[in-house]
Amino acid sequence: MIHKTNVRAPAWEIVIGLEVHTQLSTNSKIFSGASTTYGAEPNTQADAVSIALPGVLPVLNKGAVERAIKFGLAVGAHIAPRSVFARKNYFYPDLPKGYQISQFDLPVVGQGALTIQVEPLSGPSTGSGQTYEKVVRITRAHLEEDAGKSVHGASQGMTGVDLNRAGTPLLEIVSEPDMCSAAEAVAYAKALHSLVRWIGISDGNMQEGSFRCDVNVSVRKPGAPLGTRREIKNLNSFKFMQQAIDYEVQWQIDTLENGGKIHQATILFNPDTGETRAMRSKEDAHDYRYFPDPDLLPLDITPVMLEQVRATLPELPQAKRARYTSEYALSAYDANGLTASREMADFFEAALSDVPGQAKICANWLIGEVSAQLNRDDLEMAQCPITPLQLGGMLKRIADSTISNAGAKEVFRAMWAEGGDADSIIEAKGLKQVSDSGVIEKIVDEIIAANADKVAEYRSGKDKLFGFFVGLAMKASKGKANPAQLNDVLKKKLAG
Amino acid sequence: MILANADVRKVARLARLAMSEAEIDAARTQLSGIFDLIAEMQAVDTQGITPMSHAQDLSQRLREDVVTQANQRELFQAIAPQIEAGLYLVPQVIE
Amino acid sequence: MLNSSLLQLGSALRAKTISSVELTQLYLDRINALNPALNAYITTNFESSLAQARAADTLLASDKAQPLTGIPIAQKDIFCAKGWRTTCGSRMLENFIAPYDAHVIEQFNNAGAVNLGKTNMDEFAMGSSNETSHFGAVKNPWDRNAVPGGSSGGAACAVAARLCAAATGTDTGGSIRQPAALCGISGIKPTYGTVSRYGMIAFASSLDQAGPMARGAEDLALMLNVMTGFDERDSTSLQRDKEDYARDLSKPLAGLRIGLPKEFFAEGLSQDVASCVNEAIAEYKKLGATIVDISLPNSRLAVPVYYVLAPAEASSNLSRYDGVRYGYRAPEYTDLADMYEKSRAQGFGAEVKRRIMIGTYVLSHGYYDAYYLQAQKIRRLIAQDFENAFKQCDVIMGPTSPSTAFDLGSKGDDPVQMYLSDIYTIAVNLAGLPGMSIPAGFGSNGRPVGLQIIGNYFKEAQMLNVAHQYQLATDHHGRAPQNIEL
Repeated sequence: MIHKTNVRAPAWEIVIGLEVHTQLSTNSKIFSGASTTYGAEPNTQADAVSIALPGVLPVLNKGAVERAIKFGLAVGAHIAPRSVFARKNYFYPDLPKGYQISQFDLPVVGQGALTIQVEPLSGPSTGSGQTYEKVVRITRAHLEEDAGKSVHGASQGMTGVDLNRAGTPLLEIVSEPDMCSAAEAVAYAKALHSLVRWIGISDGNMQEGSFRCDVNVSVRKPGAPLGTRREIKNLNSFKFMQQAIDYEVQWQIDTLENGGKIHQATILFNPDTGETRAMRSKEDAHDYRYFPDPDLLPLDITPVMLEQVRATLPELPQAKRARYTSEYALSAYDANGLTASREMADFFEAALSDVPGQAKICANWLIGEVSAQLNRDDLEMAQCPITPLQLGGMLKRIADSTISNAGAKEVFRAMWAEGGDADSIIEAKGLKQVSDSGVIEKIVDEIIAANADKVAEYRSGKDKLFGFFVGLAMKASKGKANPAQLNDVLKKKLAG
Repeated sequence: MILANADVRKVARLARLAMSEAEIDAARTQLSGIFDLIAEMQAVDTQGITPMSHAQDLSQRLREDVVTQANQRELFQAIAPQIEAGLYLVPQVIE
Repeated sequence: MLNSSLLQLGSALRAKTISSVELTQLYLDRINALNPALNAYITTNFESSLAQARAADTLLASDKAQPLTGIPIAQKDIFCAKGWRTTCGSRMLENFIAPYDAHVIEQFNNAGAVNLGKTNMDEFAMGSSNETSHFGAVKNPWDRNAVPGGSSGGAACAVAARLCAAATGTDTGGSIRQPAALCGISGIKPTYGTVSRYGMIAFASSLDQAGPMARGAEDLALMLNVMTGFDERDSTSLQRDKEDYARDLSKPLAGLRIGLPKEFFAEGLSQDVASCVNEAIAEYKKLGATIVDISLPNSRLAVPVYYVLAPAEASSNLSRYDGVRYGYRAPEYTDLADMYEKSRAQGFGAEVKRRIMIGTYVLSHGYYDAYYLQAQKIRRLIAQDFENAFKQCDVIMGPTSPSTAFDLGSKGDDPVQMYLSDIYTIAVNLAGLPGMSIPAGFGSNGRPVGLQIIGNYFKEAQMLNVAHQYQLATDHHGRAPQNIEL
């Protein structure tokens, strides 16, 4: 499981585990009926429970529980028939009750696993070689409430507290320390990010903090016991995660090689400097005084509820990949590309239903032209300006040779920019191929007659001239001749 | 049970209660007396007994995921010690 | 009028013998006259009370009146009541105007009752003498040198001194029953989960339960009818059909099996309390009951278990008082940590801080198993004792408190002695059972004695029947203290 670093210090192994906090996409908070909408005016979504008025009590949101179960089922985990909410006690201005309601020794989701595709990245902590598959074990996932936000510099020398976020449901997903490089950690985080959106339990919006990663990093000599870990807190971009891990790994190796010691610490990554530093606050010995929350009863998940949630679970990426390779004879590369997101897969299947049997060409267009255009326009799949029906309509015309590949590109560009269906674009732009063999033969006959000397050269062995004839014929057909048909006719007639 | 001043100090710190040395002395004596009272239960054999967290052995009721609470910021912040622009103000937090 | 039952007051109001405004004014005048000496109320709001009374009179003039419409009720200052200062007896909440109503307050409002004011209590309900209140001790109306008991001491005093028709209380380890006993009134703590805790400021969440305090069992039944009911905002609120707690009041007691736990009559029980309780038992025999000797072998552990679990929950429940969003904030501080520590040190009184410290300690790393977990296990053993006992009897009886009311200031320096005054009441909270106290006579010092009645889960109607039949046969509950200007 352990990959060696291949830069500078091959003698060190890297051990990485992740704790990911995913905000669940419920309408209301985990323990109250306040809205969870992002971006509201400060404290306008902080109801009596969110600000912890004396006497208020928590009541658990069914939507949060269902989402946790859904995640557990998606990673093949054991769903606890009875789990317990506990209080984690500490003082902080963004924690209004002075405790966070979380789950401690009895979480709702038990052990599971996630299969990831690791693409090598560049950097000192990179694993080497080709894209490979790896299984990362998930230790547990538990429900808890989010804290509020501190707004620094709100007033001279003061910090402002906004409790709109307080009480937003979180699923904390804890992995085993199974990752051995920044590349693996990022691949795992990406796979998890894709999964939570795939199964519709989180919007995964990283800018808004819906998906935040804490990364535990340690290094050790091969065969040595685990090193002391430092926890990089609150990473909300994959790029920063890679940078932070690279920096931290190098820092730990340098420290140890210079005879220093690593002390367990909570650290922050500064994207501006690319460095990590230990946090100054929460210097208290972590004594959270967990105990079962007396305001909440044990959460019992009945087999009925479990089955109800299971019925809402979509086909998962792994299963889809397998089906795409077997059912549609697609390559692993194509299957991976098409299952990069649920939107992509849904688009593919919808477009394909319009042109059955054209899976390969459909995959090519989605992974190729469509993805490239989305990238260029900085759009998500969900914002794609063309519909599966439009793409399918175009693919249909490629398949029945109405248009050439070059024509298709033109149709696609027009569709992307101005909308419309393939047939009317083909009509309007006159992109229909000439496939009438009589017409093509007539063009070829005229070219052969007008270029007797070149024909002679060709026939005497100058094969390269074939392209010259194709060019002339295409020009004569104003680019509309069906290329395959034209080739056939030309070959036949030139052969004499 | 005899508590040390250091124990009391640590607990006061965890509970965020400012205490003078004199108060710590007094608290130590009183808490020691209370822990003597509590110590009675240490001798009881509780092997195999399930801890009882709630008066009833029931399961958590679930709330439908609907927004029921309107904005009441003005009402709630009327009783706040210090606010500005809708934010609760506290002395600077250093991360 | 002052000695009338709630049923009689309701009839008078509906018959227009008196209006709610007149009745409310009568009590407000008495509060004006007597409260400075007794200190039963922390906050009154005459205008607000009279406005409610006027609204009640309108209801009474229509056919929409309910049994408690127009009746002035004193609310323990632990219940948030919108627009009312709600202090919980603490400096921490000295200026806290509640922005919402507790479920209990809503229920009384919906019943058309009049909120007469907020009664004094031990700070955050932590105390057995009402001496821990930031707003000063309450006097026992029977003897102003004596404590009224606690934590619902203001409520007990107000009922005994006829400063309200009836009152609400809360009971975490005896806070309804012990002051009821010490002030010579009746009080019942129903089964845990029967009354919603929403808006009731938390002390120890798994033990806290609200209940009524009044002169007699009949009044308690009417009060319970209003206070109980499912509330979706409290996860521990029980979904049960609404019941009429007065339905069994007049049943005869023939065949009733009364269990007497030998542990409740052992060393530590004062002589005059023992003799009053024995007389009451004798009276029950006359009423047709049979006596069963039972044992609650783990009940001696109730106090130690309670003083682990209740402070543990309290230490966490009281963490929200940090001077950030509401409540007391120290005037001077250097930084955030200093603001927390000073605000909490200045805002909380000595007993509250003591319990926060105990609770913090027993939950902290390395002590959890030995204290908290062990206490939770013994809690189950205590509950099982009752389960076994109720196989042999219908109700359990014994003293409510080991002695009559003690003198003000007499236990101030010794928390352990104070804690032991709840020795007979605490086990009931640990099990979540209903328990009540009714007047059973007076000690040699002229101070009242309470008889405790413990029922099985949801047997409140039966307990009220048992109490009412005794009160039909005796007049302890009808007696009034001297010097209350009747």
